[in-house]
Amino acid sequence: MLQVQATTAEGTVNDLFDRFGAQCFVVQPTADLIPTLWLQRENLLEVLQHLKPRFPMLLDLFGIDERLRENKPEAAADYTVVYHLFNLADREELRLKVAVAADDAKVPSACNVWANANWYERETWDMFGIEFPGHPNLRRILLPPTWEGHALRKDHPARATEMEPFSLSAEKQAQEQEALLFKPEEWGMARSTEDSEFMFLNLGPNHPSVHGVFRIALQLDGEVVIDAVPDIGYHHRGAEKMAERQTWHSFIPYTDRIDYLGGVMNNLAYVMAVEQLAGIEVPPRAKIIRIMLAEFFRISSHLVFYGTFAQDVGQMSPVFYMFADRERLFGIIEAITGGRMHPAWFRIGGVAQDLPDGWDRMVREFIDFLPARLDHYQKMAMDNSILKQRTVGIGSYSTEEALEWGITGASLRATGMDFDLRRDRPYGGYDQFEFEVPVGHKGDSYDRAVVRVEEIRQSLRIIRQCLDNMPPGPYKSAHKLTTPPPKERTLQDIETLIHHFLNVSWGPVMPAGEASFPIEATKGINNYHLVSDGGTTSYRTRIRTPSFPALQQLPLISRGLLIPDLIAIIASIDFVMADVDR
Amino acid sequence: MTELGAISFGLFIIVAAVGGAAVLTWFERRMLGIWQDRYGPNRLGPFGILQVAADMLKLLTKDDWVPPFADRAVFIFAPTAIVVAMLLGFAVVPFSPDLYVLDVNIGLLFFLGMTSLAVYSVLLGGLASNNKYALLGGLRSAAQMVSYEVFMGLSLMGVVMLTGSFSLRAIVEAQRDMWFCIPQALGLFTFLIAGIAESHRLPFDLPEAEHELTAGFHTEYGGMKFAMFMLGEYLGLILISCMIATLFFGGWLGPWLPPLLWFCIKVFALIMFFILLRAAIPRPRYDQLMSLGWKVMLPLTLLNLVVTGAVALWLEG
Repeated sequence: MLQVQATTAEGTVNDLFDRFGAQCFVVQPTADLIPTLWLQRENLLEVLQHLKPRFPMLLDLFGIDERLRENKPEAAADYTVVYHLFNLADREELRLKVAVAADDAKVPSACNVWANANWYERETWDMFGIEFPGHPNLRRILLPPTWEGHALRKDHPARATEMEPFSLSAEKQAQEQEALLFKPEEWGMARSTEDSEFMFLNLGPNHPSVHGVFRIALQLDGEVVIDAVPDIGYHHRGAEKMAERQTWHSFIPYTDRIDYLGGVMNNLAYVMAVEQLAGIEVPPRAKIIRIMLAEFFRISSHLVFYGTFAQDVGQMSPVFYMFADRERLFGIIEAITGGRMHPAWFRIGGVAQDLPDGWDRMVREFIDFLPARLDHYQKMAMDNSILKQRTVGIGSYSTEEALEWGITGASLRATGMDFDLRRDRPYGGYDQFEFEVPVGHKGDSYDRAVVRVEEIRQSLRIIRQCLDNMPPGPYKSAHKLTTPPPKERTLQDIETLIHHFLNVSWGPVMPAGEASFPIEATKGINNYHLVSDGGTTSYRTRIRTPSFPALQQLPLISRGLLIPDLIAIIASIDFVMADVDR
Repeated sequence: MTELGAISFGLFIIVAAVGGAAVLTWFERRMLGIWQDRYGPNRLGPFGILQVAADMLKLLTKDDWVPPFADRAVFIFAPTAIVVAMLLGFAVVPFSPDLYVLDVNIGLLFFLGMTSLAVYSVLLGGLASNNKYALLGGLRSAAQMVSYEVFMGLSLMGVVMLTGSFSLRAIVEAQRDMWFCIPQALGLFTFLIAGIAESHRLPFDLPEAEHELTAGFHTEYGGMKFAMFMLGEYLGLILISCMIATLFFGGWLGPWLPPLLWFCIKVFALIMFFILLRAAIPRPRYDQLMSLGWKVMLPLTLLNLVVTGAVALWLEG
């Protein structure tokens, strides 16, 4: 049986029909069985307001350019804006779609309904040119302000060969630099009050503590942060655009580089969504191998978090110990996959290879070794009184705020919300495992670290269960869309050979449709929304990452604190810029 | 000691101190490396010691750049000040009964004066750079100076009371029966904290605070001018270790071994302690550092002063 999400949303849909009338909606069937409703732009805000109490979290908001789509849903026009709502408490999802015409690409802003709609709408405007009347500050977010056109429109070129050769004249350079200058007025900030003149400090994009290329413009009074404006996009690589040019199979390595500390965890989110589209059931051994590798990468990512967290509050040594442990872990990853940070090892319908001989010994050694090290780090870092002074009570937020801003993963659990997709809506075989979901209670920087540290131990527990119960059998599915297809019989009958040849050279053809699959990735909920038009490439790939909303919330929790607190908060929210900018 | 002898010994001390500071840059990295499960610089020469020469060569050959927006004169003066002040501080250190440059009856005050001067270097460097990070670093340094200078001097007054002199040689001689680290344990503790703060090392490296202010007060510095700041920091580390050894651990005193060797062993052990501290402890926030200074350290120092005074009077009476 396919891991179809058990959705209980029928009640919600019926309730909507009763409230607004069934004629206001058009239902679109999707491969993932999430109720998907088209509605009129005029009703949108009213419906969203109505749904807000039931769905406290706006998981994602994005656009689709439908103009070249052959298997268009009947209600679609030129562009579509998609609202993906999530009710974590009842594990319920709902997708709403609004169609707009190219000459009237406007949708009322949902900023007043969910606070985190702000950045998503900016992104949608940036990528599709869809306007959101009522948005407080609709400007580009991922692409530079000087960019021409809207990159995810189908008529925007995707490759360098489709464009003029790039050149940077002195004049253009000056222009670009001018565009990067931070102008407080654009963000409604005063340069001074009656008593004091503010200092505007450009923290980043190159700064030791911003974990990549992230810029945050600070309005300072002394060292006190009055306000902050995060500026992202420096790490934008157009992953979603690339997905439209790669085959379903050859996009896998690109996913590795989204959350570059998460390795195969990204593959997992992607292949699960593709398998939904294709209707592939993965054999048990492949499932358990995937879980084991994914949990290894959760540990790896959390170790980096742990080390840099201690480092950013000024503790020098832990990061070296944790990187040494991570190196051991990479030894295992390397033995199994041949890669380290970016193994690109999961495949549509399974994994790339079977486990090598002796894998169990390596894994056992590692999971026996790490707990003692974690005890040591506990004493060294987490129990250190200065570290506690620096992080306890700093940058805290409530569960309601977290949901409002789309915060997921350990940062959400730190507020006391007991929710983990692995346990609460098990996917890919997690239902067979015993593990606990660590929860914090204050939602401050320290709790966020505590939750992640405990998650390392729980991941070790899951890996031990994988080790002890690894089922025999094939490591990839026999489904016809499994890529690459099994090769054993290719030289014995022509049918299998042709199938193999086509699936490898052109790539598999996924049935037309839409599917998404949220998973509990290293940093929170990672969700690939895939639109297939019945071709060898994706028509639209939307990547919802957990780091993006985390940065959007940053100003809210750092106002009134000092610069060192801001650094402690940045260290505690565990993001990587590739995961934000894609 | 003749005048000529004193001058040549003074020159020798300068060379030795600067050389020691240079070697210390390598030594610290090696020690940190060992403690942190990695190698540290181990490629050049035996145990990598030639790394010092390579670093010096690199720093010497770098472009001697002054940012166009900086206050040029002050910008250049700042790094020199710290080195000069720290080197002058060495003048009063008694390395052994006969080895010293100056034996003045205000030796301790001279040392305190010199270390206070060194703070100006950081402050001026931060201000002259005309850079926002450097400015914040300079501000922090000013705040830190104000709070920690206060009890740095006071924490030593217990030692002075027990000795009855500001002369460092007299202080060492007074420790023949018992090192001051025992009766003045509280004084040692507070002076140690103030000493780290004075030398701007982790956990008190707030003016620099790499993770917050990129490089703090010396963000705009490069090449030799940057090297001067580093030199000053390491000289400060050695000087503070020398002073702690002299004031609390009996200076050159010790059985069997020659006095100079005893002194060096004590200083070395203290330097190791400072390096270990750097490897182990996170950095407090600067308002936390301030409140520690004013609310904990200053009262402790005063308490020490009162108790020591009372005990001294009682013993005399």
